[in-house]
Amino acid sequence: MDLSAINPIILIAALISAATPILLAATGELVAERAGVLNLGVEGMMITGAVSGFIISVNTGSPAIGFAMAAVGGATLSLLFAFLTQVALANQVASGLALTLFGLGISSLMGQNYVGIKPPRMPDVDFGPLSDIPVLGQILFSHDPIVYVGLFIVAGVWTTLKFTRAGLILRAVGENHDAAHALGYKVKRIRTLAIMFGGACAGMGGAYISLIRVPQWTEGMTAGVGWIALALVVFASWKPWRVLLGAYLFGGITQLQLNLQGAGIAIPVEYLAMSPYIVTIVVLVILSADKSRAPGSLGRIFHASQ
Amino acid sequence: MIRFEKRPQPSRLSSLATPLLAVMATMVFGGFLFAVLGKDPVQSIVTIFWEPLFGEFAFYYRPQLLIKGAPLVLIAIGLALGFKAGVWNIGAEGQYIMGAIFGAGVGLAFYPTESFWVFPLMILAGAFGGWMWATIPAILKVKFGTNEILVSLMLVYVAEQFLASMSLGLLKNPEGFGFPGSRNLQQYASAHNTDIIAGSGMHWGVVAALIAVIFAYVLLARHRLGFAIRVTGEAPRAARFGGVNPSRLILFCLGISGMLAGLAGMFEVSGPAGQITIDFNVGYGFTAIIVAFLGRLHPIGIMFAGLLMALTYIGGDIAQSQLQLPAAAIQVFQGMLLFFLLAFDLLTNYRVRIGSSEFLT
Repeated sequence: MDLSAINPIILIAALISAATPILLAATGELVAERAGVLNLGVEGMMITGAVSGFIISVNTGSPAIGFAMAAVGGATLSLLFAFLTQVALANQVASGLALTLFGLGISSLMGQNYVGIKPPRMPDVDFGPLSDIPVLGQILFSHDPIVYVGLFIVAGVWTTLKFTRAGLILRAVGENHDAAHALGYKVKRIRTLAIMFGGACAGMGGAYISLIRVPQWTEGMTAGVGWIALALVVFASWKPWRVLLGAYLFGGITQLQLNLQGAGIAIPVEYLAMSPYIVTIVVLVILSADKSRAPGSLGRIFHASQ
Repeated sequence: MIRFEKRPQPSRLSSLATPLLAVMATMVFGGFLFAVLGKDPVQSIVTIFWEPLFGEFAFYYRPQLLIKGAPLVLIAIGLALGFKAGVWNIGAEGQYIMGAIFGAGVGLAFYPTESFWVFPLMILAGAFGGWMWATIPAILKVKFGTNEILVSLMLVYVAEQFLASMSLGLLKNPEGFGFPGSRNLQQYASAHNTDIIAGSGMHWGVVAALIAVIFAYVLLARHRLGFAIRVTGEAPRAARFGGVNPSRLILFCLGISGMLAGLAGMFEVSGPAGQITIDFNVGYGFTAIIVAFLGRLHPIGIMFAGLLMALTYIGGDIAQSQLQLPAAAIQVFQGMLLFFLLAFDLLTNYRVRIGSSEFLT
């Protein structure tokens, strides 16, 4: 075993990249949950985004178009969930599970001819001399554009929820849909938009895995990241900045266990690979004492005539 | 203008009709999907639903119906008890794996002793493995209020890694020339889950599934605990006033569903699968969620739903070899079924009214 092979600076730089898929998916889910919708289909939307982004990138040669189409793919799939929960008034837990099962199926169907292909590489953002600053340059200024897009989305969601009227309405719908309805807000329309935003973010997060992290397409490659993202929203008490913190924590654990595998530590690979899931459980246990911050109408069906 | 009006009571007729409507809609849209994939839609549907039952080789496929249906029904019965009470165990796949590892582990520990007691001990171990794995989220939920959906699901990934470690390590066949995977239990008479009537597909897992159906039916229809489950699901507040202990109910629902999933895994590994391998699990734990909903969370319904889902697995295999239909298409098909079921459920809980209301605008 050679722990000195793990360079802390590279580790931190890598964890920022490792955290990005979780960060994107969790931020999208946070918006949906703040609007009162519990969408358990994150895993399904991520994997659909992963495959659609991959296919488009391979065919167009442009990762940027791939990411855009991954967002569209995730949002399209989330419309199914929106239809079930907002129009057909179905149970949100069951509908979310349906979305995940369906997404896993449709993605492996779409991707069957794309196994083993390498996608076009997305170049890092050119910060010029900034990336030459020792330590900081490598940590902050040596990433692909999507890392910064992710951070931008978190900042955007935070400002929108906290300072704008649109954010206030969204939160009102999530806290008490009957009151919001009585004030004349279109609860279903707002929720559908929030669900689609969640789908778009999850789709991009999935594409980040298939286009940048791995980069390849394999069936079921998201391997539970969508579920970790769901746990992260609880962990973050529905606050955007804490999602960022949590995503870096999980990114760090994922990256560290990969590095430990590489360094040939005496723990078997399988037990190291378990660690992100076990840590998720532990963190959930520690934080589940405080339920007070959950949006008041989370997971409840809204039907106007009641 | 179409409006939905909540029914005071869910409609019994619609409740029975929606699964049938959903199956029909899935066949139609599944046909579209197959057409998009360049296959003859009618022929595909016939291959999936007719061929296994009445086709030329039906004598071979009919026993498969029991072999594939039994684990689905076993798992779905347990899940349905929880779903009815609002306890969401979606980690049955992990409990299935742990049941298989524990069951096979006990069997392999006795190898090559031939004794009548080996198989019953394996059954107990399998049930324990599944129960234990499901009790983790149950205890965390009772003690700390942790969300059981996320914990039970995380444990699926942990169990998958554990399975990989077992089939490469502790349970690896010492005479297996270094290949991953355990000894084949089919070649160890005391541990082999054989057909009770040769060639019928009727192994002990099928018997267990039937017992589970009857047990769940009696529990829900006649027992106080079943009543507590139903009340908790429909009106949690009323249940608490009625003296239902929510913690015990959570422990029971998760425990029993884990136990049944563990049994399913154990019967699978000692019978049809034969050995512990890295990719031993094939997703029964997730498909069983669809089975539970398709069966309306009712034991008898689940039995039929399990058989129907088994049919799509077998028919899917046939369509794969005869029509080169991709395996994933069947997965999409099954997912679609759950979608349509949830969508048509609107008719069970709501009345559709056309025209505007006098009271609401």
